[in-house]
Amino acid sequence: MSDAMTAASGSAVPADTILEARNLFKTLGGNRVLDSVSLDIGRGRVKVLIGPSGAGKSTLLQCLNFLMPPDSGHILLEGREVDKKSKKELCAFRQQVGMIFQDFNLFDHLSALENVRVALMKVKGLSKLEATERAVAELARVGLKDKAALYPANLSGGQKQRVAIARALAMDPKVMLLDEPTSALDPELIGEVLAVIRDLAQGGMTMIMATHQISFSASLADEFLFMDKGRVVEHGSPAELLGRGSSSRTQAFCSKISELTGDNEAGECRL
Amino acid sequence: MSTPYFEFLRAELAPGLMEGLWTSVLVIVPSALLGVLIGLTAGVLRVYGPKPVRKLTEAYVSLFRGTPLVVQVFFWYFALPYIKIGGWSLVLDPIEASILAFGMCSGAYQSEYIRGGLNSIKRGQIRAALALGMTTRQAVLNIVLPQAFRRALPGCGNEIIYLIKYSSLASIITVNELTGTATTIAKNTWRNIEVFCTLGVYYLVLVTLAGWLLHLLEDAMSVPGFERPRT
Repeated sequence: MSDAMTAASGSAVPADTILEARNLFKTLGGNRVLDSVSLDIGRGRVKVLIGPSGAGKSTLLQCLNFLMPPDSGHILLEGREVDKKSKKELCAFRQQVGMIFQDFNLFDHLSALENVRVALMKVKGLSKLEATERAVAELARVGLKDKAALYPANLSGGQKQRVAIARALAMDPKVMLLDEPTSALDPELIGEVLAVIRDLAQGGMTMIMATHQISFSASLADEFLFMDKGRVVEHGSPAELLGRGSSSRTQAFCSKISELTGDNEAGECRL
Repeated sequence: MSTPYFEFLRAELAPGLMEGLWTSVLVIVPSALLGVLIGLTAGVLRVYGPKPVRKLTEAYVSLFRGTPLVVQVFFWYFALPYIKIGGWSLVLDPIEASILAFGMCSGAYQSEYIRGGLNSIKRGQIRAALALGMTTRQAVLNIVLPQAFRRALPGCGNEIIYLIKYSSLASIITVNELTGTATTIAKNTWRNIEVFCTLGVYYLVLVTLAGWLLHLLEDAMSVPGFERPRT
């Protein structure tokens, strides 16, 4: 990273770190869901969270943009700590951290175009004309320009998720958090969403993604983080964790998923 | 001995009821608007307000749903003038007292429909709105409320239909609206059957008209996923 060299490095944080979390703790209903989780992600990097359900992946992502405030810990965007008590600062922070949900969460009373446009107008203060232009461009980017006028009730799951991605992208986020973006989709619709995510990664978008699509994410990710019981128990490049002869938890988990789905993905998993 | 019904209707009953009808509309329209406004506000506060405000709005709803409307009407008209705060008291004329009473009572019921509508919208949409950088207020006003209102509209419309009919209670604090006027005509002419049956038809027409307007509103606000259920 050549641009990292030029930036002043007074702090311990490398200059190209976009988002950093330090010692996040979260307890929900007496269970410790996050147990001292730390991570940092550099510009243009893709990190993938894997692990059994209940491991804390979703909680971690929601803590990262304070949808669910962590009990303790620090979150820094480009080296600046976010003050979670300041509503204004939280809103400004969230604009820069895009979030994609498992169940899309499109606004049901708004058309695809309006879904993308509403925050541009209400949050960014764009005029209706500017916001519409931008929204159309973002829908075109996810291949849905011709569906702009349709309402969520008339879109397929894959199309809904692509609108959700366009909606997040329109805010020009510095990092995207994706919480199992394909888990609620029928198998034949997963491909179109993965293609959009791949385009994003190749376009240099910084992303943290929780997913069970191991072989797909192995081809994109710079790093896998394996979570269990609220902790990051393993991390490393997909090649390290999934490589032949690796005895990692990640490898074991991955094989189990492949066995359950009953296809030959185990081979792909091993890279 | 007496004039035929249609002659009576043309010469006496219809002109009298027409005046009463205007007074009724003068009471119904503002109280319906007040009721919807109060209902929306109280409904939103009951779901998204801070805890003390939530308790306060809940107390309002229990009080106004839990006491007879006649008692409330009497309170605003007869009792309110005796409540002095710092030497000041508020005296309402009969129409004002009726509008206040109906609006406050209707608002309590409306807030129930709005609350149900709000709760029917998945929380995930608020999270998505917050994740885009909206404030909670923006998320509620721009995302949740427009959907909740569509869901609540049939219930709210029903409440307005009730309101049209209970506006007749204004007659007991001397408002000469439809029922008040009809009672006077009945007393003077002794033609009770004809007067009160005709009065019923007037309300029936009013309610039918309101139902038709509400359907138009539902259709105007209809988007895929929020259609008016058709039978």
